[in-house]
This record gives sequence, C-alpha cells and structure tokens, in this order.
Amino acid sequence: MDFTHTEDRRMLADMAGRFIRERYDIETRHKIAGMPLGFDREMWNQFAELGLIGALFGDQSGGFGGAGFDIAVLFEELGRGLVVEPFLATLLAGRLIADLGNDTQQALLGDIIAGRALVAFAHGEADSHYDLGHVSTTARRVGEGWIVNGHKAVVLNGDAADRIVVSARISGDTCDKRGIALFLLDPSAKGIDRRGYGTVDGYHACDITFTKVALGDGDLLGAAGEAFDAIERVTGLAALAVCAEALGAMQVATEMTLEYLKTRTQFGVPIGRFQVLQHRMAEMLIEIEQVRSAVINAAGHMEAPRSVREWHVSAAKNLVGRAGRLVAEETIQMHGGIGMTWEYALPHFAKRIVMIDHLFGDEDHHLERIVQFGAGA
Amino acid sequence: MDLSFTPDEIAFRDEVRAFLAAKLPEHLSDKVRNGHRLTKQDMEEWHAILSARGWLAASWPKKWGGAEWTAIQRHIFEEECYAAGAPRIMPFGVNMLGPVLMKYGSEEQKAHYLPRILDGTDWWCQGYSEPGAGSDLASLKTSAVRDDDHYVVNGQKTWTTFAQYADWMFCLVRTSNEGKPQQGISFLLIDMTSPGIDVRPIVTLDGGHEVNEVFFDDVRVPVANRVGQENAGWTYAKYLLTHERTGIAGVGLSTEALAQLKRIAARQKKRGRPLAEDPYFAARVARVEIDLAAMRTTNLRALQAAASGAPPGAESSMLKIKGTVIRQEINDLARRALGLYALPFASEALEAGHNVTLVGPDYANPIASQYFNNRKLSIFGGSNEIQKNIISKIVLGL
Repeated sequence: MDFTHTEDRRMLADMAGRFIRERYDIETRHKIAGMPLGFDREMWNQFAELGLIGALFGDQSGGFGGAGFDIAVLFEELGRGLVVEPFLATLLAGRLIADLGNDTQQALLGDIIAGRALVAFAHGEADSHYDLGHVSTTARRVGEGWIVNGHKAVVLNGDAADRIVVSARISGDTCDKRGIALFLLDPSAKGIDRRGYGTVDGYHACDITFTKVALGDGDLLGAAGEAFDAIERVTGLAALAVCAEALGAMQVATEMTLEYLKTRTQFGVPIGRFQVLQHRMAEMLIEIEQVRSAVINAAGHMEAPRSVREWHVSAAKNLVGRAGRLVAEETIQMHGGIGMTWEYALPHFAKRIVMIDHLFGDEDHHLERIVQFGAGA
Repeated sequence: MDLSFTPDEIAFRDEVRAFLAAKLPEHLSDKVRNGHRLTKQDMEEWHAILSARGWLAASWPKKWGGAEWTAIQRHIFEEECYAAGAPRIMPFGVNMLGPVLMKYGSEEQKAHYLPRILDGTDWWCQGYSEPGAGSDLASLKTSAVRDDDHYVVNGQKTWTTFAQYADWMFCLVRTSNEGKPQQGISFLLIDMTSPGIDVRPIVTLDGGHEVNEVFFDDVRVPVANRVGQENAGWTYAKYLLTHERTGIAGVGLSTEALAQLKRIAARQKKRGRPLAEDPYFAARVARVEIDLAAMRTTNLRALQAAASGAPPGAESSMLKIKGTVIRQEINDLARRALGLYALPFASEALEAGHNVTLVGPDYANPIASQYFNNRKLSIFGGSNEIQKNIISKIVLGL
C-alpha cells in the first residue's frame, strides 16, 4: 500500500498547476468563458503543447497517461483554475474512440491529442435523469444504412466539436442496456441541428436534434447494440474526473474563506476568532479529506472488476455531492454579502462545485447505485 | 499510488488470521459478537494470549517486548481482530502509559513497569478528568503537596474507566499554582491499594458500570513515582493523548459494526421483505458505508504520512471526529433496524450464560444499550468540539 504519486504524476500536477496559476487567473477565465464557443482555442493549443490532453490517453492511443490517477491529478489542477477548455468532452468522446474505434476512427486520436480536432459525446437526454441505459434517440436500419432521429441534451462543448459520438437505440425498450449503438459522425451532416449555450457555472454545452440523419455502417463506433459497457466505463472515468475537479475547487474555496476569516473584522476582531465559524471550517476540512480519499479509491479501482470499479465511482460521486454542497454553501455563507458578488472569485468556485453534482449522476443517483450493488446488482 | 497490500502485508494478514483462528477462544468471540459484557478475567485472558505471542504491544520496540509493527501492520492487525470478534485490547497500560514511560520515564521506571504491563501483573487506569476539569483538562485541581520524599495527594478524579479493576493509576496532579494552569501539573504513578483511595462506581445511562469516581484523601505517593520533571506533566499528557489517538478512527470496530448492522437488516422484516431491501433504510446504510470506505483510506493515508516521518498535524483530530460520527451512525441504524424490539432490555442478559428469557430476536437485547453507551465516543478522549478547536488552531491558524 502506497499513497504517494509517481514522479511522472507529480510532474504533471506541478506543470498543470503552475501554468494555471500563472496564465489562468479568474479574469482570464471570465474572458474566455464569454467567447462564442465558451473556450479559447489558443489556450487549448497551449494545453496540448504541455501534454495535458495527452494525459487523458494511454500510450497505445498516442497519449502519456490515461490511468485513473493521471486523470485525477490533472482534473484536480483544472478545478483549482475553473478551466473551461473541453477536457471533459475530450475525455468522454476520445476514450470511447480509443476503446471502440476501428483503424480509421483511431486515426483521429492523433489530432485530438494535438488539439487540432475537437470531439464531444452526445448521450444524455431530456428524460434520462442520469440513467445511462436510457436512450430514446433511435437508429433505424434502412437498407445498408441507418436513419437517426432524436434529441440529445446538454452535450458538453458539442457545438465546437468536429466529430460527435452519439448514442442511439437500435432495439429494445427505452431503458434497456442492450440495443444501444454508438456512431461517430460529422455534425455538419444533413439533419443535425445544434443549439449552443452557456451554463450557469460558466461552461458551454449544446442541445442537438437529429432529424432523419442518414448514416452508414462505417459510422458505427464499436459493435451495434453492445455499447452500454463502454458508455458506463467512460462515464465512470468522467465522474472520477469531475470528483477530482471538485476536490481542487473545494480546496480553493476553503483557502479563500480561511483568508477571509483572518482579515475580515467585525465587533472589533477578525471573524475567524468566533468558534462557531472555526468549527464549521474544521468540518469542511474533514469532508475535503474524505473526498480526497474517495477520489483515491475511485482512481485506484479504475481497472478493477466492474462491480468494484463502479462501487467506488458511485461512492466518490455521492460523497462529492454531499461535501460539495456543504463547502459551496458554507463558504458563501461565511463570506457574507461579498460571497454573493460576481466580482469576487469565490462564488464562481461554489457554482462549479454545486453544478458538478449535475454531471454523470448526482448524489441521489449514486446512492441508489450503491444500494443496488449491495443487493447484488 | 497503490491501494493493494504488498505481498509482505498479505503474508502478515494471513499470519494474523491463522493466529486468530487458532488462538482466539470461542467463549470470548461469542461474548463480543453477542454484545455480552466482558469480565476482567476475559480481558486478561486475551491479553495473556497476545502477550505470549509477543503481539500485545503492537507499537512498542522489540527491546521492550513489543511487536514493533509498522502502522500498516497495526491497521491490518486491528481489522482482522475485530472481524474475528476479538476483545478490544485495554489501552491504558499498553497504548497510553507505555509510550510515555518509554519517552519520559526513568530507567528504573521502564525496567519495573513495562514488563508488568506486558505480563498482566498491573492493570492501569487513567486519572485525568475531574468534576471541574473535563474538556478544560488543564484546570484540574487534585493537589500533590511535597512532604519530604513523598507527595500527599488530595482531590477527586472522575470518569475513570475500570478503576474498580486497576492496580495502578497514572494521574495528573497539581503541584504548583504559579503561571499558566498547564505549567503546574505533574504526572504521578499511584498504587491503587494506597490508604486514602476510595473508588465509587458511576452507573452510565445504559445501566453499565465501567467508569468510576476516585477520591484521594491524604494519599502518600513516593516522589520516585513521578514521571519526568515536576510541573512538566502537561507535556507528557499531551504526548499520551496523541498516542491515544493512534487508531482513534476505529476503522476495524466500525467495519465489524457495519457487518453486524447488515446481518440484522437482512433478518428484520418490513412488509414481508427484509428491511435491507427497504430503499430508505438501505440508503442510510449505503451512505455510512460510503463514509466508512473513505475514512478507511483517510486513516491509511494518515498512518503512512506518520510512518514516513511527517510531523503530526490535525489528522488525529479529524479521524477522531469522523470515526466517532460514523460509529455512532452505525449504532443508530442498528437501533432503528430493530423497530419495536429495540425497546425490551434486560441488563442481566448482557452477562454470558444468563438465564433470562428474552423476547424478540436473539441479537436485539444489547443494541439500543450499545447505542446509548457509545454516545460517549464523541465526548471522551477530547470531545469532538475540542477536536474542532485543535483543527482550527493547528491547520487553520484561527
């Protein structure tokens, strides 16, 4: 048993952390978030040059990492800077391509890791409420090809993507795990309508409508109807990523609050002298240590058998949901009015921490999964 | 980063398992599993078995007859012991006094007392808390006045666990009223058979008798029984408290308590189905299981950091708080799981071999009582509120 990171991962964390501290302050972040597609292509290129996109992929895919701890280490740093560039979208779609792609599709990975090609994963729908098996978008077999109809909700960075991985049902009922296919397609194809928008926490997504989109067998990513396991696996990776991101953001939020407690004076003393605030800070620190442990557990079990891997993913995501809400709400509360202002950095961290609960399953969703695993699911 | 045990650690775990399978007497594990009270003889029996194997003092150096295990080995040993239903090792001599003597005691004191802790000659109790000195321990008033080569001790200690069994007490006394309260405290070893000592039981809310009041009326204690310097006892007491908290997370205890909770929830029924399948109850169990899994790793991280020489920070305070909250939550759920049959209680039925005819399921009788008894967890060893003060002072600098 060993809880120290390898030299390579420490270097990855140091490099990403230094770059973000020096080049990604909150004003820069706001400016980037206000760009038309919600991120800065030039910044993305710099991340690529630093090898940070490559850290999402294993060496067989041309990357420099790809393991649970690579992702955890990188996203913790991204969380400390509220980085809006499309790391999550790249992780989701990129890893599906790496996992399932044929030679032609795999060839895209080089451009993805170099920052030249952008990809996104369109899976969630209006009524899926985090259930990964819920796919009502259909792909109907017509002759040698497929006709796709449906609507995908809140596709992260989907409107900037050069290629989109989309899930569609080829058989079975809406919530069946069997019968889901993935397609890798060009979003400029006829019948695809993308509507982009900013999110409440400063990120960017789009809704996508597919109307009689004609695809061929060559567009399939992996075996038709058998996509669920790969979707669950990559969603687990993404859940780990946002848990680590939340860990980074939670640390910044408590650091800022601690500083504020030491400097803000009321009733003639720094408010950090009040025990009621001291104890609440202590409670947050304990929960953050718990989150760090849960992230370690999830990262360390990414290659474990499915039931073990998914148990730890859900444990981490549930804990992050609970601890995240505590930290977000308490750090705003302890700041008082200043914590409610756009101008101050803290509330932007708080918003991200809370909204992470809405990605890849919230606290309740993952608690339900833990219950089901206990019952042998 | 590697979350699996090394081959050496696995071999160690297997060795511990084999030892427990061969040496842990069934009448002891039965008592532990059934929530029956352990007698002094039970605890001494288990200590003797461990001592014979050289495993009683896990953290002591080999020089003093300890096992000199790594932090991870101690963690493994603890988990395996609780999983097997072994009685808890009484910490007073082995884990509290022993380390203080090794660090601050005279050579004579080490040579005399340490072997007697290991061989069970002396049963120790801890004389810290007083009626007016609980969380504010440094305000203690029990006085020790020098009279030639003796101290004359007067005052009262309270919450003294198993003082009724103890041969000796390590005791904080006031030897000076000069300066800050912390500066006038000394650390004495007191023979419990000394004239002038009166031990009176305190019956706790669960009806049990573990803790006592201890009164001192002109009790004469040789100066040779003082550990370290006069008026420097606070330093030794603090050192002891940090040792007291090694393993304070109680991961092994909570893991076993959770397993018991699941066994109960599988047997209790609601609407004709096992309670374990009730989504609301199952969600509560799942939540505490998530917290425990994270705390297990938090504990291991702290153990590794300590083993690699990192200065102790507020980890032990964090683990004390989270560990006790988790265990109390499990106790609460076990109580809830019983529904109506949490109510009937026969204190006599906590003794093994009782002849009380109980109503309800056979595991029910001690459960609510344990819940009430374990409210102590967040109070003793520095209350959870004191731990939060420590965290805000050490980590936050507030």
